[in-house]
Amino acid sequence: MPYGPHTAADRARMLGALGLSSVDQLFDDIPPALRASRLDLPDPEPELELAARLSALAARNRTDLASFLGAGVYRHWSPPAVDQILLRGEWYTAYTPYQPEISQGTLQSIYEYESLLAELVDLDVVSASHYDGAAATAEAALMTCRQTRRERVLVSRGVHPHYRETLRTYFSGGLQLDEIPLVADGEAAGTTDLVALDRMLAEADPPVAGIIAAQPDFLGLLEPMPAIGALAHAAGALFVSVIEPVGLSVLAPPGAYGADIAAGEGQPLGIAPQYGGPYLGILATTDALVRQIPGRLVGLTTDLDGQRAFVMTMRAREQDIRRDKAASNICTNQALLALAASVYLATIGPHGLRDVAALGAARASELESALAAVGAPRIHSGPYLNEFAVRVPDARRTHARLLDRGILAGLVLADVEPDDSSLADGLLVCATEVTTAQEIERFADALAEILGGRPPTGVEAGAGSDRSTLAGSAR
Amino acid sequence: MSVTGTRLQPTIFERGRPGRGGGKIPHPPKDALDRIPAAARRVTPPALPEMNEADVVRHYVNLSQLNYAVDTGFYPLGSCTMKFNPKLNEWAARLPGFANLHPLAPDAAAQGTLQMLFELEGALAEISGMRAVSLQPAAGAQGELTGILMVRAYHRSRGDTARDQVLVPDSSHGTNPATASMAGYTTVTIPSAEDGGVDLDAFRAALGPRTAAVMITNPSTLGLFEARIGELLDAVHAVGALAYMDGANLNAILGRFKPGEAGFDVMHFNVHKTFSTPHGGGGPGAGPVGVGETLLPYLPEPRVLREPEGTYRLERVGERPTSIGRMRSYAGNTGVLVRAYAYIRAHGASGLREVSDDAVLAANYLKSRLAGTYDIPHDRACKHEFVASASTIKKRTGVRTLDIAKRLIDYGFHPPTIYFPLIVEEGMLIEPTETESVETLDAFADALIAIAGEAETTPDLVTGAPHTAPVRRLDEATAARHPNLRWRPVSGAETPCPD
Amino acid sequence: MVPTDLHYTKDHEWVRVDGDRATVGITAYAAEQLGDIVFVELPDVGRSLDQFAAFGVVESVKAVSDLFAPVGGEVVETNATLTSQPELVNSDPYDGGWMVRLRLADAAQLDGLLDATAYDALIAAG
Repeated sequence: MPYGPHTAADRARMLGALGLSSVDQLFDDIPPALRASRLDLPDPEPELELAARLSALAARNRTDLASFLGAGVYRHWSPPAVDQILLRGEWYTAYTPYQPEISQGTLQSIYEYESLLAELVDLDVVSASHYDGAAATAEAALMTCRQTRRERVLVSRGVHPHYRETLRTYFSGGLQLDEIPLVADGEAAGTTDLVALDRMLAEADPPVAGIIAAQPDFLGLLEPMPAIGALAHAAGALFVSVIEPVGLSVLAPPGAYGADIAAGEGQPLGIAPQYGGPYLGILATTDALVRQIPGRLVGLTTDLDGQRAFVMTMRAREQDIRRDKAASNICTNQALLALAASVYLATIGPHGLRDVAALGAARASELESALAAVGAPRIHSGPYLNEFAVRVPDARRTHARLLDRGILAGLVLADVEPDDSSLADGLLVCATEVTTAQEIERFADALAEILGGRPPTGVEAGAGSDRSTLAGSAR
Repeated sequence: MSVTGTRLQPTIFERGRPGRGGGKIPHPPKDALDRIPAAARRVTPPALPEMNEADVVRHYVNLSQLNYAVDTGFYPLGSCTMKFNPKLNEWAARLPGFANLHPLAPDAAAQGTLQMLFELEGALAEISGMRAVSLQPAAGAQGELTGILMVRAYHRSRGDTARDQVLVPDSSHGTNPATASMAGYTTVTIPSAEDGGVDLDAFRAALGPRTAAVMITNPSTLGLFEARIGELLDAVHAVGALAYMDGANLNAILGRFKPGEAGFDVMHFNVHKTFSTPHGGGGPGAGPVGVGETLLPYLPEPRVLREPEGTYRLERVGERPTSIGRMRSYAGNTGVLVRAYAYIRAHGASGLREVSDDAVLAANYLKSRLAGTYDIPHDRACKHEFVASASTIKKRTGVRTLDIAKRLIDYGFHPPTIYFPLIVEEGMLIEPTETESVETLDAFADALIAIAGEAETTPDLVTGAPHTAPVRRLDEATAARHPNLRWRPVSGAETPCPD
Repeated sequence: MVPTDLHYTKDHEWVRVDGDRATVGITAYAAEQLGDIVFVELPDVGRSLDQFAAFGVVESVKAVSDLFAPVGGEVVETNATLTSQPELVNSDPYDGGWMVRLRLADAAQLDGLLDATAYDALIAAG
């Protein structure tokens, strides 16, 4: 065994102390009829060979692309300080701080995480983390049902499709979930249809526990959050805002427009995309709902000597104590990723975070102009922050041809919203602060070429080498 | 010395000073946000601390030194399998090809990760004797919910809607009954038998047409293999219910017992326990689920598929209508799964079997060292962990298990899990794992024996412990009665910051 | 010896009757077993409870316990002070730590409860 310490002599000594001749005797209690068949797995692999295998697998992934893909997971600059701190064994090889006297590092870091995120979302209470944005949104929906003792939740179709699918799964145990349509055309196209929402709320039976909308929505558009919240509250329902944390440095936070709960994906706060996780489910609420928030909470207290210290608190809400009456079954959470988010926020700072959001918005404007100029206009006309949908002919095939040219042209919307005909030719594209002007030019040039050889416009001399490379690869 | 740090730290909010930091991100054009309508903009900026990187690093390094961790010492936290976390795995997860891959990247751009996931599914299926595995659940508890929702879908598909109960033994993890509730079931708790195993008669009496599933942890949370598991599984299936195995204790039975072969219909794996992915101060983990033939159609989506020509892809939306749907966004905690993959490859079949052999040997050895000093309520061969109790010590001296646990900190050890499972008075659930040397096991046993002596001679020393940690015991009652869950400058005035 | 003017349940609730008003709390023994009480969840005023129905939850730092109504009746008042001072359940269980007042539905239900002597015997037996 590669990581174990025991020599043959060690094992013999332990067996001897037990009066046994073979370790097999310790497994005598497994009924003979139920003992395992031979374990059919490869032989152990020495580290050198295993490292080569892992490198080869990783190299089969294409991460060299000029990427305009976001759709809930965003490329950002993560200062190296973030990961180097995470690599300290005292962080990543500790567990849940059950023994607060020797876990003050983890406990304080979680308290600071709760506080930092509370500032961002402008709410009172932040849980110590959930699995991801989708699971946090599902927990938020369940909170609204517990608090109002109602069993129906409305979710805008502007919420990430994976989150809506996760909600459906979580609600399959007996709760009702209905989707609020998006406005089909006009200035508000692609945002939550307030008229439809009003109509749905008017059907009082069964009454609505909560309403969920995202800011920005999945299509990158800014939603009328205050209006949605007002409709929710008028119906006696709670309002859940699905947030994106970097954008909160410039967009009104949930606390400012009356949201009762904020949920969202914390990945943009310094966490690598790594094909789906581990990420960071953000869940926050008001003091009024503190009893309903699932997951761990860390609070400030004192020790016997009156020293300030931190401890897990309100534990009797949790599954290990309340069992079948617990608010949630969550146990393992994403504490290490909450730490990553905290280190990221501390390192990048409030001004840096605003610059991240604003630079992403600026790059997105450039991207919008460049794509529109080559025949890929936006589908919707409402305001966006750094992500938007464009219309291109034969979107799936165009996307594949761009991939051949080293460009990941966002998301083929028909792949995730196959039933929405308005998005049939849509690509969802985004820019962040790491998007370069050169990448935007490459994207626009390649698209121009694919869409019919229209000459690219506004290309500066500096991009010449990129263009010749592309031309070479296209032959 | 229990942890290397001795000084508490100011909060990050107290460390910040306006004007510090910067230099990370280019300044955006001034008009970058002009197109955002005023109504959607933030008016009051978030009051985040402003710090230079040096101070940030010092803050977190100093905080880290207030933590006890597997990398600093023995961490025999029962039920949590705090084994060594190989460094190769951290290196692997950070390879740019793995770390930078977007979860919605086209299949053609994700072949390396998809192959890794496919092979890992196969390995877990082989280890568990299950027909297939989904890697999507984010943690063990989410794996449980996935499993029970599949059970629900199965019964519904047969028009069998009368089943509204899930049976769990009273020794189970709290996640089991909490999961049953989340899935819309009522929990029926079954008392354990005298020998610590399942009470077969009590189960038989509770089983019936209302039973949807039985959730069993095997080995149990007492560290005991369920010798009557065959009869129990027969009884479950005889009434048309399904059997769920909580795989939290898989570290004891690798290569010895395959739940799928034995007749379990569904189980979850805790990769941060059995397969060494680090615990991260509470997470992340991953909670893959394995299923037998019965539940195969209901696995969450998307599954990873291998095409005949040898390429891999994710299932498309709606491709398998019988699926219970998604449990979360994207494919799963892939970054955690890379580590599990590396661990399984490094060990191979023979190494995995040795893992369990050594984990079980270490637990039995440690148990034998403590017998005579501590009560051993179920004194037969244990698996990878065992329960010891300070019940007799408490009766004689008034010193409780909690006190003994705190005193272990002074001896430089992380305490075991205490007061779990709930069915043993003054219980300590001790899990040494296979990666601790016999010297460490002996030192830990010596410490526990010495503390038992102190309970007789100097009980105040034990009840006042810990004495060497950065803080003493905490006021948990005030913390819960008047929760302070968020830094606000005024709260600092009441409890002045260190330094 | 526990207060002699109260009736008790085997689940360690007490009830004090004054006309048709029944005041309910948990015993000092129960509070001590639970440890430091940190939260008490009480029913809405106006709710009607059957005898022995669960009406709330009491939480300590590391335990939780359901509360059961010793007698049936409509909830006419709950002890709002416990929201900010749950510690009263520990420090003053038979007075300041009371939990709910009911409009007693059926005085005959008191006959099935324990008196102080019987309750003392119950807790002495452990």
